[in-house]
Amino acid sequence: MKPWNVFKAFTAVLLLVQLSACSSLGVKPWERGILAKEEMALSSAPLDNRLDDHIYFSKEGSSGGRSFAGGGCGCN
Amino acid sequence: MQLKQLANISAALAAASCALLGQPAQAGTVLDDWQFNSAILLYNETDRVSAGEAILTARADFGDDKYLNLGLVVDALTGASATGAVSQPYVQSFTRPSGRGSYDVAPGDTPLDDTFHDTRVQLDANWEQPFAQNWRVSGGGHVSKEYDYLSISLNGSVARDFNQKNTTLSLGLALSHDTVSPEGGIASAFAPMLLRSNFDDDGSYQTAFDATRDRAEDTKDTVDLLLGLTQVINRNWLMQFNYSLSMADGYMTDPFKLVSVVNSNGEVQQNLYENRPDKRTKHSLYWQNKLHLSGSYLDASYRYMWDDWELTSHTADLKWRLPVGGGWYAEPQLRYYQQSAAEFYMPFMLQTDPRPQFASADYRIGKMNTYTLGAKFGTKLAAGNELSFRIALYQQNPQNDGVAAPGVLADIDLYEKVTAISAQVSYSF
Repeated sequence: MKPWNVFKAFTAVLLLVQLSACSSLGVKPWERGILAKEEMALSSAPLDNRLDDHIYFSKEGSSGGRSFAGGGCGCN
Repeated sequence: MQLKQLANISAALAAASCALLGQPAQAGTVLDDWQFNSAILLYNETDRVSAGEAILTARADFGDDKYLNLGLVVDALTGASATGAVSQPYVQSFTRPSGRGSYDVAPGDTPLDDTFHDTRVQLDANWEQPFAQNWRVSGGGHVSKEYDYLSISLNGSVARDFNQKNTTLSLGLALSHDTVSPEGGIASAFAPMLLRSNFDDDGSYQTAFDATRDRAEDTKDTVDLLLGLTQVINRNWLMQFNYSLSMADGYMTDPFKLVSVVNSNGEVQQNLYENRPDKRTKHSLYWQNKLHLSGSYLDASYRYMWDDWELTSHTADLKWRLPVGGGWYAEPQLRYYQQSAAEFYMPFMLQTDPRPQFASADYRIGKMNTYTLGAKFGTKLAAGNELSFRIALYQQNPQNDGVAAPGVLADIDLYEKVTAISAQVSYSF
């Protein structure tokens, strides 16, 4: 099997698994133990994200995605 | 002594009034309801920019899920930044952006303007609260001020939970107004960079310099829209999808950047101030996964961005937090970024070609890939305070987008790599 075919097969399997799981997406309120941990927050290190976004905003041609792309600074 | 007695009396009175009201007396102070996060970052590029940045944020809990978030950022920048002009096999002279003074660049060296010194202060505030069952709103603003730049923005968002809070839809809007007022004013589009040495006296040089300047300052307005979907997949998997739209209208040229005009032998005939379009519409799709994997936490995200400058980019970001014993965790971090060039990017202009409407030789909007390799180490201290250290290596690899370099430019590195190291200490209390 060529690598590309392996990739296609893997993607197809992944999609099937996803579809079959769709009916049971989500958890009951008493199953939130792990999800409630701060490590699982979408922005678990907000200052790191802010500092990173500022560097990449100044050094690359893209910004935003996670949060507003906005104006901000005349950074060099 | 009297003060202490008074304090004791007021404490006794407070306790008594609590008892009367049937409430348990609180021993804490007002500060117990505040959570502070602080960080200091040092960033250093080899032979180029150095920056230091300090952040302090505070989150006050007003009860009933109402929060006030405040932030203060101070950063200082110094060092040299690529001007966009091409390197040459001989010494080149450049006038500083202010028009006062000049600097020389050695043969074979990428022209860097080493006069950047800037300090920026940013303040932000944001209020968030629920406003009906399953609905939350937030609103805020920020002001960022540096010597030649001012940015003011307002933002608001609304979020609705569905499906026992397993699904959240959110919509955000931000409006920004930026003002840039560079030292020496704003050069008109493609104004030539003049050299004092080509003029007989200061007066005639100053008159010619002033004629290249259009206005003292200019502005940019940006509207950002952010549509988000958060979905709990299972006990160990949380997913986020964002679509964002950013529409900017106004001055987006970098007032310090140049484009070299070269002859058929690659020799610079003139350096012109760059000119970018005054409109830009960016779109991005962002997909983030948070996964719990047998005691470790994986944060994996991907962003695809495209805009009407024809710059497209892919960003993949991985952070994997692993417990390492003794209450510490280690978090390897890896980021890969790849962008195509904006349609008006050109490393230089050929003298024989017609002058384009827009042009920039700023490598940051040229074809490029970058990667970041980092590691973070952190621990929880007594009373829930958290301390962490982070180091990262950031590598930028600008690339040739199929441009043939004529004559002397063929032997010159027009796409110089940039390496930066950053170190960060964070403390939450």
